[in-house]
Amino acid sequence: MNKQMKGSAIKYGDNINTDVIIPTMFCNTTDIEFLGNHCLYNLDREFINKRKEGDILVVGENFGCGSSRENAPLAIKGAKISCVIAKSFARIFFRNAINIGLPVIESEELVDAIEEGDEIEIDFESSVCRNMTKGTEYSINKYQDIILEVFKEGGLINFAKNRGGVL
Amino acid sequence: MGFTMTEKIFKSHSGGKEVKPGDVLFADVDLGMGTDATMPLAIKEFRKIDKNIFDPCKIAVIQDHFVPAKDINSANNSLIMREFAKEMNISNYFELGRGGICHHVVPDEGLCYPGDLIIGADSHTCTYGAFGAFATGVGSTDLAFFMATGKLWFKVPGAIKVVLTGKKKPYVQGKDIILHLVSLLGVDGATYKVLEFTGDGVKGLDMADRITICNMAIEAGAKSGLFEVDDVTVDFYKGIENKREVQHLKIDEDAVYERVINIDISSIEPLVAEPFLPSNVKPVSEIKNVKIHQSFIGSCTNGRIEDMRMAAAILKDKTIHPDVRLIVIPGTQQIYKEMVKEGLMEIFLNSGAIMSPPTCGPCLGGHMGILGEHEVCIATSNRNFVGRMGATTSKVYLANPAIAAASAIKGEICSPEEVR
Ligand code: SF4
Repeated sequence: MNKQMKGSAIKYGDNINTDVIIPTMFCNTTDIEFLGNHCLYNLDREFINKRKEGDILVVGENFGCGSSRENAPLAIKGAKISCVIAKSFARIFFRNAINIGLPVIESEELVDAIEEGDEIEIDFESSVCRNMTKGTEYSINKYQDIILEVFKEGGLINFAKNRGGVL
Repeated sequence: MGFTMTEKIFKSHSGGKEVKPGDVLFADVDLGMGTDATMPLAIKEFRKIDKNIFDPCKIAVIQDHFVPAKDINSANNSLIMREFAKEMNISNYFELGRGGICHHVVPDEGLCYPGDLIIGADSHTCTYGAFGAFATGVGSTDLAFFMATGKLWFKVPGAIKVVLTGKKKPYVQGKDIILHLVSLLGVDGATYKVLEFTGDGVKGLDMADRITICNMAIEAGAKSGLFEVDDVTVDFYKGIENKREVQHLKIDEDAVYERVINIDISSIEPLVAEPFLPSNVKPVSEIKNVKIHQSFIGSCTNGRIEDMRMAAAILKDKTIHPDVRLIVIPGTQQIYKEMVKEGLMEIFLNSGAIMSPPTCGPCLGGHMGILGEHEVCIATSNRNFVGRMGATTSKVYLANPAIAAASAIKGEICSPEEVR
């Protein structure tokens, strides 16, 4: 999978739940493009018009709390967001994101150091995140082994396929 | 050094080696559960792995979220599940009319036991902690992976010990205890952690109370909530057909906890969580002049026969306020039948309530009682997020069944005492 990303930051606050990321009324489909077009519908109807391919979502604490709906990270992926940086993630959202190959970074420091519109570059290979607008650089935590492997394979399904389902 | 219940369960499911919080490991899973909300995606992903089902006996497939089908998409999703269950010989398939809301069906059908490790593609899978199982909500891709391999990756969570003492006051139920705890912890106070419940106060809590408490563990961000196994748990399994031996899972005295929280149940009043977070909790006595348009009694949080009895006791020989719709949804077909037998149906119907078949329905804003602009609902379910039950301008207050019933009579949120 792509280990480098580049885009502008779009910033929101704390406790953004899955009903806000993708409301139930859009959830009886798994069509990623449709989900993407309704991403953050209950938070900011303008989001979908202002985001550009590759942009980076920068959010506060407990991002993705609420239901287990995988439609939530899928909607973000469908909206062509390249990475989510949060102060903290709700647990199921975090594992869903890893499992479907949506890069996620947990860092309070980074979130505080990024403002809306900043140009951000992330390099997972060397574990750095650069704020090009401010000229600053931060290191990002490495994932634990199993998570890193799943992430490298681009998600849990590829991981299983490449191992023939044998662990 | 001793172990938490969670450490014991992960140890026994990952080759018997000792585990500690923070370890990321693959573990053998005893049961994987999916519903019409999450299973179609799991099936789609499962097909990509191109492997047979690991063990069809370890999968439960339950039609509950959008049933009876609310539209063509939902009907098609149910169809995908139905055909998959047939194709894969999944015997634990629960069609509408023969099941109900997943988190009531799994324990009632004897599919979760103390000491089990269970995953479900639904965030409230943590409910089975009431039975001493480590159960947690996962995504559809996780379920797909489990169906192919019988395993899943986990991070062993650190634990918070919740010591309960004292007895419930009148009209206090498991709901009030968990709302109190969620307000103490905050909505992310237990993220990546497990809540383990113990103490003298536990014996005064019936299974319905424990189910409500574990169900809402995730509302504090917890990965699961677990009760120690006692006589109340053992008694529950006496009535179950699918019998296995009941493991007496307990906390070791010298187990290490990240935090210990003491709660004196006798100090808890009937509570209400105001919009838009389950942690916005106040005693019902402090909530004044909140007119409601709808009252909803049901869901995986409060859809059991004990909940129905509690609400019916308030509604007996009374009628609901002319401006209020009361929607009552039993958790399962079995509970529905029991309600008929005990005469509860008559009480609800005479009060002016509308009865729905077992379904998640309005709880997630699916169907059977969606809220319009600026409408206010008191609900016995578990979430009051913006737009959870309908329009983004609508509001949901969470409470126990007695408060929901009393408020339906008065037309505004009130304590059960006020309508007696
Ligand atoms: S009743 Fe509500 S919370 Fe429970 S499983 Fe159904 S939708 Fe989810």
